[in-house]
Amino acid sequence: MQVPVPFSPDQASSYSGQVDALYGFLCVLTFVVGVVLSLVIIYFAIKYRRREETEVGKPIEGSMKLELAWSIIPFCLSMGIFVWGASLYYKMYRAPGEALEVYVVAKQWMWKFQHLDGQREINELHVPVGRKIKLMLTTEDVIHSFFVPAFRVKLDVVPGKYSTMWFEPTKAGRFHLFCAEYCGTSHSGMIGWIDVMEAAEYQSWLSGGAAEGSLASSGEKLFQQLACNTCHRSDAQGRGPVLEGVFGKEVQFQDGQRLIADESYIRESIITPRAKVVAGFQPIMPTFQGQVSEEQLLQLVAYLKSIGAKSPGAASTNAQPAKPAPPQQ
Amino acid sequence: MADTHTTTHAGLAHHFDDMEQQREAGTLGMWAFLVTEVMFFGGLFLAYILYRSRAPVEFAVASNSLNVTMGFINTLVLICSSLTMALAVYFSQTGKRNRIVLFLLLTMGLGLTFLVIKGFEYHEKYVEHHVPVRFATYEFKWEGHASASGHEAASIPVDNGKVEMFFWLYFAMTGVHALHMIIGLGILATLVLMARRGRFTPDYHSPVELSGLYWHFVDIVWIFLFPLLYLVGAHLH
Amino acid sequence: MEIAEKVIPPRTHYLNATYGVKSWLLTTDHKRIALLYLASVTFFFFLGGLFAVGIRLELLTPKGDFVQAETYNRMFTMHGVVMIFFFLIPAIPAVLGNFLVPLMIGAKDLAFPRINLLSWYIYTLGAAFTVFAIILGGVDTGWTFYTPYSSTYSNGNVVLTGVGAFITGFSSILTGLNFIVTIHTMRAPGLTWFRLPLFIWSHYATSLIMILGTPVIAVTLLLLALERIVHIGIFDPALGGDPVLFQHLFWFYSHPAVYIMVLPAMGVISELVANMTRKNIFGYKFVAFASLAIAVFGFLVWGHHLFVSTQSVYAGMVFSILSYAVAVPSAVKVFNWTATLYKGSISYNTPMLYAFGFIGFFIIGGMTGLFLAALGVDVHVHDTYFVVAHFHYIMVGGTIMGYLGGMHYWWPKITGRMYPEAWARFAALVVFVGFNLTFFPQFLLGYMGMPRRYYAYPEEFQVLNVMSSAGASILGIGYLIPMIYFIWSMRYGPHASANPWGAFGLEWKTSSPPPTLNFEKTPVVTWEAYEFTPREEMVVVSVRDVLDETLRPRPVGSE
Repeated sequence: MQVPVPFSPDQASSYSGQVDALYGFLCVLTFVVGVVLSLVIIYFAIKYRRREETEVGKPIEGSMKLELAWSIIPFCLSMGIFVWGASLYYKMYRAPGEALEVYVVAKQWMWKFQHLDGQREINELHVPVGRKIKLMLTTEDVIHSFFVPAFRVKLDVVPGKYSTMWFEPTKAGRFHLFCAEYCGTSHSGMIGWIDVMEAAEYQSWLSGGAAEGSLASSGEKLFQQLACNTCHRSDAQGRGPVLEGVFGKEVQFQDGQRLIADESYIRESIITPRAKVVAGFQPIMPTFQGQVSEEQLLQLVAYLKSIGAKSPGAASTNAQPAKPAPPQQ
Repeated sequence: MADTHTTTHAGLAHHFDDMEQQREAGTLGMWAFLVTEVMFFGGLFLAYILYRSRAPVEFAVASNSLNVTMGFINTLVLICSSLTMALAVYFSQTGKRNRIVLFLLLTMGLGLTFLVIKGFEYHEKYVEHHVPVRFATYEFKWEGHASASGHEAASIPVDNGKVEMFFWLYFAMTGVHALHMIIGLGILATLVLMARRGRFTPDYHSPVELSGLYWHFVDIVWIFLFPLLYLVGAHLH
Repeated sequence: MEIAEKVIPPRTHYLNATYGVKSWLLTTDHKRIALLYLASVTFFFFLGGLFAVGIRLELLTPKGDFVQAETYNRMFTMHGVVMIFFFLIPAIPAVLGNFLVPLMIGAKDLAFPRINLLSWYIYTLGAAFTVFAIILGGVDTGWTFYTPYSSTYSNGNVVLTGVGAFITGFSSILTGLNFIVTIHTMRAPGLTWFRLPLFIWSHYATSLIMILGTPVIAVTLLLLALERIVHIGIFDPALGGDPVLFQHLFWFYSHPAVYIMVLPAMGVISELVANMTRKNIFGYKFVAFASLAIAVFGFLVWGHHLFVSTQSVYAGMVFSILSYAVAVPSAVKVFNWTATLYKGSISYNTPMLYAFGFIGFFIIGGMTGLFLAALGVDVHVHDTYFVVAHFHYIMVGGTIMGYLGGMHYWWPKITGRMYPEAWARFAALVVFVGFNLTFFPQFLLGYMGMPRRYYAYPEEFQVLNVMSSAGASILGIGYLIPMIYFIWSMRYGPHASANPWGAFGLEWKTSSPPPTLNFEKTPVVTWEAYEFTPREEMVVVSVRDVLDETLRPRPVGSE
């Protein structure tokens, strides 16, 4: 549904036209209501203007019928608008089945992107047209907000947690990226571009390659550097649980709770390991808070995803992601 | 709204029609004020509920380190002070000047006792390094083991950050409560002075009644604070 | 409608009953306290306006070239803090409310006159802290103080400004308390609830919000201060806290706060529409209950500020549906005011012009609220100029129009003088034009993607920004003109009679200005609200009659 409305950014995502449609409807509604009410007011104001100083108005108490009418009709209309808006929102937030993942770390005052292939970008994100792109975002410091007007998407990034958004670009081009949550001195400078490229161009950009290799392999190196593998051994002899096959599977904790291991769980286990201790293990894992940056955390997450449940072999840009995690909001 | 006197009562403010209206206005005003106090404390209780639900174990463990004996004594002290306050109100209704002063002073004494015991408790927490601040010379420390009653907590994994959360809630909630007690003491002192001058009669004793409402409110807040802060996870022993 | 005969003002009234600075600074007369507040809020309005001038000057050009980024950030923050806490929230309740509530109910004063004076001193103390914070350089977090920026990263005067707002909050609470008790216990004999002016109903609803909501912002600011000073960790994820918790606590008050700002203005509009059409408000009871409904529902919708904050999708849906529910009573009020015009005797004097302006702006402001409540659209326009335009339409197009309309309407009662009508109408027109030019382009800017709180922006946004700044300068002139003629009128304006508008209400039954104790004798009320014509002659209208009548030309000299 591509309804172009005046004074709007490009419609560059599969979603933009739908938002514009609702917006356009609301504009028309506002215009109609505004014009009708204005005309009525002006008409009454002229027709019933005071003609002499001592004149009074005709006392009219009211009308139950009118009150009900103009309460119920706007209410029903509002509910209709609510349903329309809510369904768009739900569509927008529900993680897509299969998508190209990019990790984003915000900080004062820049956007840092990490592709699974290992490419890193700052303030400029290259993506292919016509594919679903899933972003996993976090921030190193304060709350920022990732806003691409042309895609009609926006999501806050909150320190200490991961948030997820997705979009599907439908036309090639260069589109504004803004930070939309005030974050300090250079808030208005925390801007960039989303470069949407045709498939062929994107492939050749990709093959430009990354110096350090894929995200997962960087994560693997980090895993060894930080000596995680001394406790998390693959042969179940270590003091910590085996991590192969964990991502995407249900984990049970000491207090009986269970959840599906996702990106947020991995991050939490590294930063505050005592928050959830796996059943049958001692709470002896030290915290790595302060020792790993958000970007490094994402590398570790990518690594663990690559050896997680359901994914065969090493990670690549087209790796099948593990079973999609529940929406992280 | 018939007046019981043909002459204006000395305590009648100029903008009220009669004592009845004045009393009604004062009472409604105090109740409305107490509602605002509920909202004020409510914010803190909300934070408590939120963080306790996220960290039930840490809250239990931290709560165990509080001095339940002192807390319990304080609870009794406050309940008694509500009794003495109610008696002060009763005697103000019957116009017994000396009794009013006596019970107001007893209430103040009990309130002061509460604050002194609280002071000892805070000192104890300070010495144990349980005050959740970080300065150059002082830092919060939690060992994650033996509590006041010697219970070995090593088998329960504990996140120190969450334990610290309990303590700042403890200090914030009891601190704000103590502030209200201090204000209450000030109000009582004023009442004592007024009572000594014979200001309160069976016809005019609203200030005592309304202050009584305030005092009972502060008491009730403590009745909620005590179990929520001191008695969490007491069954873990 | 100038007064033809020469009016003789009363010899003694509340303004000249006693003289001297002490008689003003230690007054317990609600009317004098209202004037103390008038002086304070007017000062802060112009201070906030000054910051707005700075903002609009910077935004004339895409680059940040007028001031530094840090300065700009402090300017928009102080604009928000000053305007919201020190102008919009107190203006109508503390000036017009304080002055009129006792008069309208036939009382000699508010229930607690000394607490009323205390509330002004508390306001002034809080204001002093904030002004001190401004002098020390202000704060740059935005008036919303989001953590962790405000609690850990900002190097502005967060705690000082927070303390100022904290203290001033108590002024709000005490005013609300006073109004509630007064309205409950001090109504004149015969003045039942449904005979009360709608101004009173609005202020009652507002007072409910004030006493229930303000303590929450107080505790929120307290927690923010604790976080900032001793790092307790409540909002810091590194210490186990949650930054979004702040947003919930903050908006739990700040959303109802916007109803504190607009409900009193709606009360003024009800008075203006009723009295300038000389008939009862159509659907009086519905309007009265709508005020209460807005107050209650207003507490349930705070999460609509958190749709993109990583709050759960389902919570978003709940808040969205409730936000639509709260729109309905506001719409009901607009329809009732419009219906009141039918068969009214409508005067075009300045207060009525402001009332028309309010209704027009409120329609746009309110309808654009529907855009924001729509989850799918809000994701796009949240934190853009669309939101800025929406709330300025309500707060400036709504509240300030209501405030100015009320000031003009009750000016003769307050000062005993009339302002110059021609200048006043001209100024109203200037405000109307200037306001639209300033804020309408901002809707477009917002949808196009311009975020808020940006001091430099992409080139393509410049034209609309220039339009907005041009409008702002016109708006500024529109606000300066009344300042000038109001002051002029206090000395040179013609004296006003007790009821220069031929209006209905107890406040018009006493002299202009009123005596200190308001009434020579306590009135006994035997009439309904706005009973310009005796009750027996009231009619119930049917829609067919309306259409019939409307489409038929009105005979000359009828009714």
